[in-house]
Amino acid sequence: MAIHEKSLIDADRIMEHKSLVVDGVDVSGHWNTMIKPRYISDYDDDFEKVIQSYGGGENVHRCWQCGSCTNSCTMYEVNTDFNPRYWIYLTRLGLKDEIIKDKDIIWQCVSCNKCTNICPKDVRPEGVMKALAHWLEDEGHTEIRPSHTFDEEFWGQVERTGRIEDAHVIMGFFKKTNQPLVQEWLTAFTMRMIKHLPFAHLMRMGMNFMFTPRTKSWGRTGKVLREYVEQQEEAARRRRQQVKETA
Amino acid sequence: MTKVAYYPGCALEGSGGPYDRSTRALVKALDLDMVNLRDYNCCGAMEVKNVHPMLQTYLSARNLAIAGEQMGLDAVMTPCNGCYQNLKKAEFDLATSEDAMQMVRDLAGKADDPVYKGDVRTLHLLEWLMEELGPEGIKQRLTKGLNGIKIANYYGCMYTRPRQIFPEKDQGPGSESSYQPHFMDDLLAAAGAVNVDYPLKTACCGGAHTLSDADTSTRLVLNLLQAAEDSGAEVIATECPTCHSGLEMHQVRAEKEFGIKTRVKVIYFTQLLGLAMGLSPRKLGIHENVSDSIDFLKEKGVI
Repeated sequence: MAIHEKSLIDADRIMEHKSLVVDGVDVSGHWNTMIKPRYISDYDDDFEKVIQSYGGGENVHRCWQCGSCTNSCTMYEVNTDFNPRYWIYLTRLGLKDEIIKDKDIIWQCVSCNKCTNICPKDVRPEGVMKALAHWLEDEGHTEIRPSHTFDEEFWGQVERTGRIEDAHVIMGFFKKTNQPLVQEWLTAFTMRMIKHLPFAHLMRMGMNFMFTPRTKSWGRTGKVLREYVEQQEEAARRRRQQVKETA
Repeated sequence: MTKVAYYPGCALEGSGGPYDRSTRALVKALDLDMVNLRDYNCCGAMEVKNVHPMLQTYLSARNLAIAGEQMGLDAVMTPCNGCYQNLKKAEFDLATSEDAMQMVRDLAGKADDPVYKGDVRTLHLLEWLMEELGPEGIKQRLTKGLNGIKIANYYGCMYTRPRQIFPEKDQGPGSESSYQPHFMDDLLAAAGAVNVDYPLKTACCGGAHTLSDADTSTRLVLNLLQAAEDSGAEVIATECPTCHSGLEMHQVRAEKEFGIKTRVKVIYFTQLLGLAMGLSPRKLGIHENVSDSIDFLKEKGVI
């Protein structure tokens, strides 16, 4: 019998006889598949609460495992190991070690929102992916991901000036992730961009880069928002600490 | 006629410059009423919400408040899907959560910013054009036409998802559909284009990770480009600066890094409508696109 999502089962727990006849019936190959039972004692009852303390993870408890998120997922189509339904299931059961196995791909969520769009229980799986990615970094299971670096670079500029200038964000990002600015495809892209550009337009783009656009009335706004985020993060850290202590 | 505050957003000030110029030229040619949203701030794009979701809500609420409180307008119009989705999300969250509304009021008080009162609505440029003119209005104003150019209409993610924040969509005839959007199709057909049956209208271009996960983005964009060509399209019409840049960038990257060449042109829908109104390609910034469509458009007799 075919097993859905067979890839989720560790290979050494799958038993399968290449050729087998039982009571005269040929049940060779996957028809005789058995899965070795396992006993898990290493789970974290409060893990769901921890993930709920991260922005986007608030509704993870609502999931009833219909699988619509994975079914609609852009990244699942690229890589079938990318499985939001499964990660939500593991979160609810507190099987952190299983989640850590996928630490190198969870951050790849492209925020296309197909999952949140289709979810019948308003779990907002897109947010859960971000919460899991944050948790993996916070606990040191992964280094800071490039997409997180990009988020911080972006917010840093908004906080200071109220706006962003895309060339600055891109250059800051390449610098922080130690990537060279001269890459063959980027050069080709830039050459095509300026092929038909009159001088005046190049000047305008240059000026926009040199004199970063800013929101004149930004005033205290950036500072107020930064303080707000710091307070919220501190409160979330305290909540997580309490969860740990009561456990 | 609805007078709107025009919110171009940061992308249209930088890499999406041609979209900004063609929007302004088109709106002027169509004689519609818009003024610049005064001293706006960034909407936070797809990044800031990952730092904290409330930041995103506040940034958009601040922009809506500038239109409502400082300019006396009840509608903000943006051509950018990122800005549009963020404004719509703030509008929805603040209409459905008193707590969120209170938080926005508190923050605005501390920062001495205008306070959003929940009385400003958000329109995408496509929605505004449909409200003001519709396909019939476009037909009446045509001076040229698109000569049957075959177009795949690409809407991307943020114009329709998540559907929960767009309560005015999916309301039957006349409204936009979140599963099969058609406003761009309708306007371009009125301008003389032939829309091909394009199955990936709302598929994802990977724009959120266009640089941080470039291989995935290239793969997703190639899907879009190849499906458009398989559907018989000569042009992909775009209505989002992130999608547009992503398609252009990864079309080049696919060719340079993986040797996969595609010929389909990538053009903003505003540029296409502008050409149908007889505006010059230069005015519409068509020569600024990375995707070089000038020879193709000449061949088709559109310019």
